[in-house]
Formats: sequence, structure tokens, C-alpha cells
Amino acid sequence: MPLAVLAQRDISRFMITEFGHFALILAFIIAIVQMVVPMVGAQMRWPGWMAVAEPAAQAQFLFTAFAFGALMWAFVTSDFSVQLVVLNSHSAKPMLYKISGTWGNHEGSMLLWVLIVSLFGAAAAMTGGGLPPRLKARVLSVQAAIGVAFFAFILFTSNPFVRVDVPPFDGQDLNPLLQDPGLAFHPPFLYLGYVGLSMAFSFAVAALIEGRVDAAWGRWVRPWTLAAWVFLTIGIALGSWWAYYELGWGGFWFWDPVENASFMPWLLAAALLHSAIVVEKREALKSWTILLAILAFGFSLIGTFIVRSGLLTSVHAFANDPERGIVILVILAVFTGGALTLFAMRAQAMEAKGVFGMVSRESALVANNLLLAVSCFVVFVGTLWPVVAEMAFGRKLSVGAPFFDAAFTPFMVLLGLLLPVGAMIPWKRGKLGQTAWKLRYGFMLALALAGLAWAMQSGRSLLGPVGLFLGAWVTFGALLDLWSRTGKSGAARLLRLPRADWGKATAHIGLGVTIFAIAGLTAWQQEDIRVAMPGEPFEVGGYQMTLRDVVQERGPNYFSTKGIVEVTRGGREVAVLTPEKRVYPVAQMPTTEAAIDYRFSRDLYVVIGDAQDNGGWTMRTYIKPFANWIWGGCALMALGGFLSLSDRRFRVAAGARKTSAKGVPAE
Amino acid sequence: MKRFVQTFTLTLTMGLSVAMPAFAVQPDEVLADPALEARARDLSKDLRCLVCRNESIDESNAELARDLRLLVRERLVAGDSNDEAMAFIVDRYGEYVLLRPTTGGANWILWAAGPAMLLLSLGVAGAYLRGRSKPEGAAGLSTEEEDRLKEILDR
Repeated sequence: MPLAVLAQRDISRFMITEFGHFALILAFIIAIVQMVVPMVGAQMRWPGWMAVAEPAAQAQFLFTAFAFGALMWAFVTSDFSVQLVVLNSHSAKPMLYKISGTWGNHEGSMLLWVLIVSLFGAAAAMTGGGLPPRLKARVLSVQAAIGVAFFAFILFTSNPFVRVDVPPFDGQDLNPLLQDPGLAFHPPFLYLGYVGLSMAFSFAVAALIEGRVDAAWGRWVRPWTLAAWVFLTIGIALGSWWAYYELGWGGFWFWDPVENASFMPWLLAAALLHSAIVVEKREALKSWTILLAILAFGFSLIGTFIVRSGLLTSVHAFANDPERGIVILVILAVFTGGALTLFAMRAQAMEAKGVFGMVSRESALVANNLLLAVSCFVVFVGTLWPVVAEMAFGRKLSVGAPFFDAAFTPFMVLLGLLLPVGAMIPWKRGKLGQTAWKLRYGFMLALALAGLAWAMQSGRSLLGPVGLFLGAWVTFGALLDLWSRTGKSGAARLLRLPRADWGKATAHIGLGVTIFAIAGLTAWQQEDIRVAMPGEPFEVGGYQMTLRDVVQERGPNYFSTKGIVEVTRGGREVAVLTPEKRVYPVAQMPTTEAAIDYRFSRDLYVVIGDAQDNGGWTMRTYIKPFANWIWGGCALMALGGFLSLSDRRFRVAAGARKTSAKGVPAE
Repeated sequence: MKRFVQTFTLTLTMGLSVAMPAFAVQPDEVLADPALEARARDLSKDLRCLVCRNESIDESNAELARDLRLLVRERLVAGDSNDEAMAFIVDRYGEYVLLRPTTGGANWILWAAGPAMLLLSLGVAGAYLRGRSKPEGAAGLSTEEEDRLKEILDR
């Protein structure tokens, strides 16, 4: 390429990257204004100052989006004068991964994080028409404060727009394990979830400053929490699905610190979206809900800290930089500590109104919250224990999957047992016997299914049957609940039920499906490890497998060794599977690409290994029953959340009517 | 030229990857006795691959994990019970190797944390719920009556 052309192109690129940098600085300054002015305005009751919040939130979002777009442009055009692009991209990388490379690294992902903070702020500014102006000003101000902290963090410690003095000819490529469609969209969803919880946090802090929480507050907070939880669900499911097909042995959850980092906010968000119902419907559990909102976002920040600090070693921690970790720790301390102090000062003011009996929906939701919060606590203690044990007791030890399986599962079993009863019991005061009676068929059917599974399985393991019972019990319970709402008019009313009812049933069924699938897969998986000789069939769980051939192929940025495996059952062809072993020369990394025949009731999972001296190839074959159901259940949970989110009462001016009827409290 | 460089690197890396044992348990490691092999697999799931990040030796591709897997099998074949085999390995590699931490020493805090927190929060929640539910008696109104009262007052 002639030098003149090269120079010209570099100038145009130069400008866009610099504009992106300027836009980020501008967004930072706007966020400072948005943090200070509306808060002062709300305090002094100056409408003009409060009104700054809305345009500021929108401008902040636009400038951040421009900055993010500029960085993405650098990745898409492979601008190797930008350091981040050099370190994380390569000109031969497929376009999808050039785009996802934007957030596949520390700096870019922080920019995505702050983009979502400003996106939620702008969305709250646009949709919060029904909010009282002072609450709105305060919410947007707190949201901007979170933005300010992260803008500063990016600009001063993790600037994505840093240049290199001498641009190299090509980049160092993205970690090949991350070059996958499932993983390309895993971080954005996770961040939408993490950061979505910042909205609940902002509402909580604003309410504490205001000193007032009512039913309307519950109704405003709930959609944000619900949305955050849905995004977290999708993000976690994508990550787990990716691990399942990419890491080569079909594991889907490892209790890795980073996984736990996303799982803890998920558990607390689940608790929060249930307790917000109590605030909305019964004006009780107010201070607990506020506390949960603070903690849920606090755990999002802890998650960020765990991933970035390198405090805990993990499979996918990037940018292990203790100094950055300390900055995030300070942000965490300021926001969580500040909010908790405020909480300690003001929580007394949140008096509950609703009165209810020990046996009631309220109590059931308290039990739900308790189990979710305690299970989150277990995960938290387990995740941090190695650090604590080393610092406090001088013991170097590990806490791995066997601990979490043993310590976490009982709480989920309890939750599953209680769920159908709790979801159906009436508000205020219920009768346990009455509700249990309504559920009797579900219980019996679930028990019968579990008995059948027990009789049919070969081993004596309880895991499968118990998982089946729990899953079926939760699922049938949700169906019976939905049916009972139709009253005497039957199926005709079913379609006219509020979307929230459908959402609740769908999400609960999703949970049941996932519980069953995890237990079923773990209990009933079959595995075969062998050296397969080309052309010689072998049998795994009723399937005849034949390694027909092994070929060498070349992909866009990798080389592949591909096995061709024919699968038949009773003489009929089931599938031809092509497990691969890839080598990414630029990143110097081998990966395994499992070949999976997805079916409704099982996955056939084949991995090819090394060539052996005798001409054979190492092959591992798994039959994984109900594997799809794990992520199917997650999809149902997310769908349930969306359905609930689209409920009429959230769309109709989000509680505006109720507020105007009550009027602004005298102060 | 570029292509040459790529091919060259490929040959290099391929050479490396062939030298590197692939994923987890290899066919040549598997014991002839299925019962013994099953025990070995169970133990492997509780042992950490020391050079990996949070992987058990059952899942790991590392050379060291393979050595440990072979060691576990060696001990089992030699007639060790599960506990003896584990003790043998912990003696050599320290408790860092255990993915399921022992309950000894301060570790009881780890194991008791969940149940203790559950009991504690049950207590707090119980007290809260008792406070929320009106005492039954002549003085209090029933919830139905209260709703009726509210309805009248709100009119």
C-alpha cells in the first residue's frame, strides 16, 4: 500500500478515536453536573435545577454512546494505532469477533459498563414521567454519581483510547476461547443485568434521602429490577451454555469465582423483585427491600471487583491488575458504605403498614427472600473463604465445586419445596391446609414421576428422582396456580389473566425445568473414553459410533483437525458429527470444539483428542440427558420476566394515578 | 510471506499441542476394574489441579493433573481406602489440593456459615412476622373487618 494512502487513512482514523476520547471526557463532565445540580435542586426545591437531570441524562448517554461507537470503529477497522486493538484484535478475525472484541477486554468492557449506566439513566429520564419531580431528580443524580465514579475510573486508570507510538502491522488476536457467538453476547447481557441493578440502587438511595417509601415506589423499582434480573438470567445462561459446548467436557457450571460473581447479584435480584411485590401490594417489607436493593448492586460491584482485581484466580479473569482492583474497591466502599450508612440513619422512618398473619403470601415471600439471601451468603462466604483463610489463619486452601454443591443445594431444595405453596397462598391470611389441598394432584403426580424414575434407573442415586420430584412439583404447582386463577369460568379466562400472572407461572415453570434438568443431567449422564480406531464401530448407551475419517482444515484464523463420526442406532443413521481440535496460530492456543447432536431429551456430545501411535484417536463420548432443558428453563425464566414486565400496570403511566391521588406528603 | 509465517507458526504450535496431553482422563489411564475406576473418578472430582485455575484434576488437561490422576489410581490399586488415598495426596501436596475443604480448624466457620445464617434469619424473620400479625383477641379487628373499616373511611 502506498505510504500516502496509508497516511491519509490514518488521519481519518485518528480523528474518530480522538473524538471518541473527547466525547468520553464530555460525558464525564456532564455526569458531574447531573450528579450535583439536580440533587441541590431537589434539596432546595428549585425546579429549574431539578429539570437539569433529564437533558443531562440524555446527553450523557449520547456522548458515551459516541465514545463506545468510536472504540468499536477502531476495532472494526483494525486500527492498530490504538493499543487496545493491538492487544485484542487481529485483521484476520471474523467481523463478529472484531465487534465483540470491543468489550472482550478490561478497558472496553468498562466503557460498555458505563455506557449501560448512562443508558439506564437516560431510559429512566424518558420513562419516568409519572415520578414526582424531586424523586426523579434524586434518582438521576445518584445514577449520575455511579457514572462519575466509573468515568473517572476509565479515564484515569483504564483509558481504552491510548495509542501506541509505532503501530504494528497486525494485532495479537482475541483469546480464541472467546471467539464464539455464545460468548460474544454474554458480557453485554451480564452488564445490562449488573448495571440494571444500579437503577434499583439509585431508587433506594433516593427514597432514603426522601425518607419515604410507598406502594408507588415499589411499582417504579420493580420493572428495573425485573429487567436487570432477566438480563442477568440470559447472560448467565449464555455463559453456562458456552462453557458446555466449548470447554470440551460438557460442564456447565463450575462455581468459579467469576461465575459466583454474577450468580450472587442474580440471587439477590430474584429476592428483590419478590420483596418489591410486597412493597407494591401490601406496603410492608419496605426497609428490607431498600436494603436488598443496596446489597444487590453492592454485589454487582463486588463481582466487578472480583473479576478485575485478580484477588481470586479464575478461569476467565482478565486484566488482573491489583491497582485497578483497589480503585474498584474504593468505589464499592463509597457506594455501598455510603448507602448503608444512609440506610442505618433513615430505615426507621420506613414504617410498614400492611398487617398479615404468619401463614400468608407475605410470609411466604419473606421465606423466599430468606432462602435466596442465605444461599447468596453461602456463595459469598465460599468464594471469599480462600482469601480469608490465607490472611487470617495462614492456610492455603481451595473451595471448589464439591463444597458449593453440598452447601448451596439444600437451600434450593427448600426453596423448591416451599415455592408452589407460597406462590398460591392468599395475601394477608391463609390456611395452609386449603392451599395444600389445591395442590394435591400436582404433588401426587410429581411423586409418581419420581417413583417411576427411581424404579427405572439403574443406580441407587437419589439425585435424579429427587430432582425430578422438585422440578415437577414446582412446574405443576405453577400450572395449578394459573388454573386456579381462572375461577369457575375456566379456560376462557386463562387468556384474559394479567400478563404478570402468566409471567409468574412461566418463570416458576422455568425454574422447575432447570432444577430437574440439572439433577437429571448430573445423575443420568453416560460417559465413554477410548481410543477409537478409524472404521471400527463402538457402542455407547445404545448408539453405534464410528470414526470414519480425520481431516485437516483451515478456518479464517485457525487450523482444524476434524473427526468425522457416524452415529447410528439400530441400523438407522442418527447423525454425522464433526468434533474439531483447533489451533489459533496468532494467539498460540489450541481449543476443542465438541460436536453435539442436540435432541429434545438428550444431547450426544463427542470430543476428539490426540492421534495415538497405533493410528487411533482419543475420543470421548457423552450422552447427556435433558441438557437442553437447563437453558430451556433459563429461557423460560427470562420469558416469564419479560411477560411480567409487559404487564399493564407497569405500562399505564407507572403509578402516576396513585401518586396524584395521594398528593405530595406535607414536609 | 505472511502465509509462510502462518504455516511456520502452525507447525510450531501443532508440535507443541501434540506434546501436550489433551483434555482430562485419557484412555490409557482408565483402570480395568470399573468399581475401582469409578472410585478414582469420584476422588478426582474433589482434587484440584494445582497449576490450573479452579479446575479439578478430572477436568484438567495439564500434565500435573495427569500425574495426580495416575497417583490416585496407583493408591487405589495398592488397596488404599478413599480416605487413605486422599490423606496420602494431602500429605504430599497440602490441603490446597482439596476442592472440598475439610471441616477442621477454622473451616467450621465456612461450613456452618449457611445453616447458622439461616437459623439467625429465621429468628429475625419470625420476630418480624409475629410483630406484623395482630394478636388474636377480642380487642383486635379481624382483617376482613379492618378492610371494611378502611373502605368506609376511604369513602
